[in-house]
Amino acid sequence: MFFDSFSSFLEMGKHGLYVWSCYGLAAVIVAMNFISPILTRKKVIKDIQRQNRREQN
Amino acid sequence: MWSSLKRLYHKLGSPKWFYEISTRWSPWFLWLGSVLMLTGVVWGLAFAPADYMQGNSFRIIYIHVPASLLSQSAYIMMAVAGLVGLVWKMKMSFVVAKVIAPIGASLAIMSLLTGAIWGKPTWGTWWVWDARLTSMLILLFLYFGVIAIYNAIENEEMANKAAAILAIVGTINIPIIKYSVEWWNTLHQPATITMTKKPTMAPEMFIPLVLTIIGFYCWFAVWVFARTRNELLWRERRTKWVKNLLLIEAKDKGAV
Repeated sequence: MFFDSFSSFLEMGKHGLYVWSCYGLAAVIVAMNFISPILTRKKVIKDIQRQNRREQN
Repeated sequence: MWSSLKRLYHKLGSPKWFYEISTRWSPWFLWLGSVLMLTGVVWGLAFAPADYMQGNSFRIIYIHVPASLLSQSAYIMMAVAGLVGLVWKMKMSFVVAKVIAPIGASLAIMSLLTGAIWGKPTWGTWWVWDARLTSMLILLFLYFGVIAIYNAIENEEMANKAAAILAIVGTINIPIIKYSVEWWNTLHQPATITMTKKPTMAPEMFIPLVLTIIGFYCWFAVWVFARTRNELLWRERRTKWVKNLLLIEAKDKGAV
């Protein structure tokens, strides 16, 4: 461990704001890249099923 | 040898094959990527020593460098996919090109923003019209251009062609980004990782960087596969294999 305590880990030697906002930003973008296709897939399947039902009628 | 190449070519062009292979491979890329990212990030944040000059802000490197590399690699993949689509008229290739654009754009944004945040304590400024920063911004604009083309042009064939041409023409920007730190000595420092020399960083700092770079590439594969599958489901919705697939899915969920 490079840091002596958890609070010094959070502080990052007075660079804490910069480091953690970068990692936070990255986490948000990564999460969006994982979640977006999952949501789209649900929508696509629903749209296909709706279209299939309409064509059956 | 030519017959197996021909078979591979036909397979690559087959949406059903791509769907099945990508479904099988995605979990492996997901797990490998996650292990690499977790190890790299924990190592880089908590165990690597601080930089002699920059202190702890250098830890941003473990996000900034992978995002930068990947946004450039993704652009090249997008341009190559566009080229393959144009030359060999392979629709699958155009689908992959279309799908890479938003992912690459998000990574370029990650690179630019983490770079700006890193720049503030290091160079005292959020932004400067330095060669590398400017050419990375142009990369983002190229991505936006490709996305805009797909959104704006109704005719799918025309959109594919126009986006591919923009992607291919914009490829000139990539060597500019890469060599900008050698040609112009304005602000952004030169490369840490080269193919020829030993890295200028200590191994305890360098290895986690390699881990996060590879980890991001693995996750990129998962993202591309997932989005491509969605496109294929919609485009191939009238085929038997999609209908069967959705039937099996519905049965699994107990809906049928």
